[in-house]
Amino acid sequence: MWRYMRAPAAHIAAFLASLIMIIPVYLITVNALKSTPEASSMSIALPSELHFDNFLIVIEKGKLVTSFLNSVLYASTATLIATLFSAMAAFAMSRRRTRLNRFLYFFLIMGIALPINFFTLTTMMQVTHLINTKLGIILLYAALQVPFSIFIMYGFMESIPRELDEAAIIDGCGPLQLFFRVILPLLKPVLVTAGILNFLNIWNDFMMPLYYLNSSSNWPMTLAVYNFFGQYQSSWNLVSADILLTIIPVIAIYLLGQRFILAGLTSGSVKG
Amino acid sequence: MRSRGIYPFYFIIAVLVLYLTFFIIPSLSGIYFSFTDWSSYSDEINFIGFENFEKILSPDENYLGYIWNTFLFTFWTIILKTVFGLALALLLNEGVKRFVNGYRVLIYLPVVLPYLVVALIFRSILHPGNGLLNTFLHDIGLGALALPWLIDPRIAMYSVIGVDSWKGIGYIMVILLAGLQTIPKDYYEAAQIDGANAWHRFRYITIPMLMPALMIVTVLNVLYGLRVFDIIYALTNGGPGYATEVLSTEIFKAFSKGQFGLGTAVASILFVILVIAGYFVIRLMERQPDRQ
Repeated sequence: MWRYMRAPAAHIAAFLASLIMIIPVYLITVNALKSTPEASSMSIALPSELHFDNFLIVIEKGKLVTSFLNSVLYASTATLIATLFSAMAAFAMSRRRTRLNRFLYFFLIMGIALPINFFTLTTMMQVTHLINTKLGIILLYAALQVPFSIFIMYGFMESIPRELDEAAIIDGCGPLQLFFRVILPLLKPVLVTAGILNFLNIWNDFMMPLYYLNSSSNWPMTLAVYNFFGQYQSSWNLVSADILLTIIPVIAIYLLGQRFILAGLTSGSVKG
Repeated sequence: MRSRGIYPFYFIIAVLVLYLTFFIIPSLSGIYFSFTDWSSYSDEINFIGFENFEKILSPDENYLGYIWNTFLFTFWTIILKTVFGLALALLLNEGVKRFVNGYRVLIYLPVVLPYLVVALIFRSILHPGNGLLNTFLHDIGLGALALPWLIDPRIAMYSVIGVDSWKGIGYIMVILLAGLQTIPKDYYEAAQIDGANAWHRFRYITIPMLMPALMIVTVLNVLYGLRVFDIIYALTNGGPGYATEVLSTEIFKAFSKGQFGLGTAVASILFVILVIAGYFVIRLMERQPDRQ
């Protein structure tokens, strides 16, 4: 009896689990289209009439265009810096395993565990004139993504044959040409994985701007949403619309890149 | 000599500069400043010995409570995420034959959402009066269970733990699912022929074979739990009272109040704990047998 019940029962369980996981996103979506009184209870009911104007209100009042552009700027440039430099370092450390390089590898991936000291980091940002600047937050984000990026790339390097390096050098390539012309194209899968994970981490972060960006014109979307929530707490339809616009890029990247995200997680943590 | 030419040291310099500037130098100099009275009120910084640490460890202050809350949060999120993550991984690995990837994509979805957004949504869902959870409990006749989730100091911490676990289960599930898929099917077949029942197969094949993945999952959860900030800051900001205050939210409060010496002492305690944890993490990750 159990044999025949087993598959349907498993599907029901998996379906319920999936439902519990997506209800909040559903809740935000339907309430983003309601009027303020209708959204006040944040129910799962569908809107009685569609208020697409909520989005226009939010974009204007929440200064979403500026914060969207800030988020895009921070996430894309910091991702690019972290991913590229981590690939170069992982390549050199993985290929040339001297004592120093082994030590540096462990030293760098130790950053996966380390907390940030915000007090002394503030002083550092002041001394380097990076505090409250866009460049500062970009470099900070890039630094934060380095340890994990190096960790997932280091293991991947061994799948690229060393003979390629030798052949390229014999053909007259310098180290930079070898890396950019020969190695980098072969790293594409791991670059995409690291790139997506870094981008999402930075896009979703709100702690760094909370500490290090005081001017609202520099705020990314997460901090803008939090601030908007503070001002419009009673208008859940607007808050929902604001949240929805913030997470649409995240969900889009996730759905398009889920294959790479899941591959990166499992190669990084289970297979090494 | 030759390999130094092909793989030059300057390939590593850019990340080293970033890492030293933003991680290592601040953390190490923070240990020095935790022995001072550094604050935003005075330009002078004086060495005061262990005064900050005495204050943190004194029973008259609340700091021991924040440390306790941090451990409580870490402990329960590990238990909940691992138990539910493992149950879902088993479900997708053995129970369900079709749509596995579809379920996996949906269950993983909360992981990619910003903590801030999750916290704001759950502030509505857990609203005591008209929140979705309590409305649902009333509708199915379990009105007695409809509690003031984030308002009652006795249960607020557990509500926060619940929300955080909800968000993190998918991540743990994906790692454990990958671990399950590496266990050869013939082990189970052989055990079945020898008369092992489902529990025995789980206990004597699945769990031992899954141990490396379970260890990884646990250390990742430890590292996350000890540093948790976003979800608590945006859900309760440490309240009601100090019921959900953890080390990172307290560090932010010390930062806002300008108590830099005291705050950096708290941060240094966290740093030392995490260096030790990090050492074990690295040892563990390096010992993975099937490392490519």
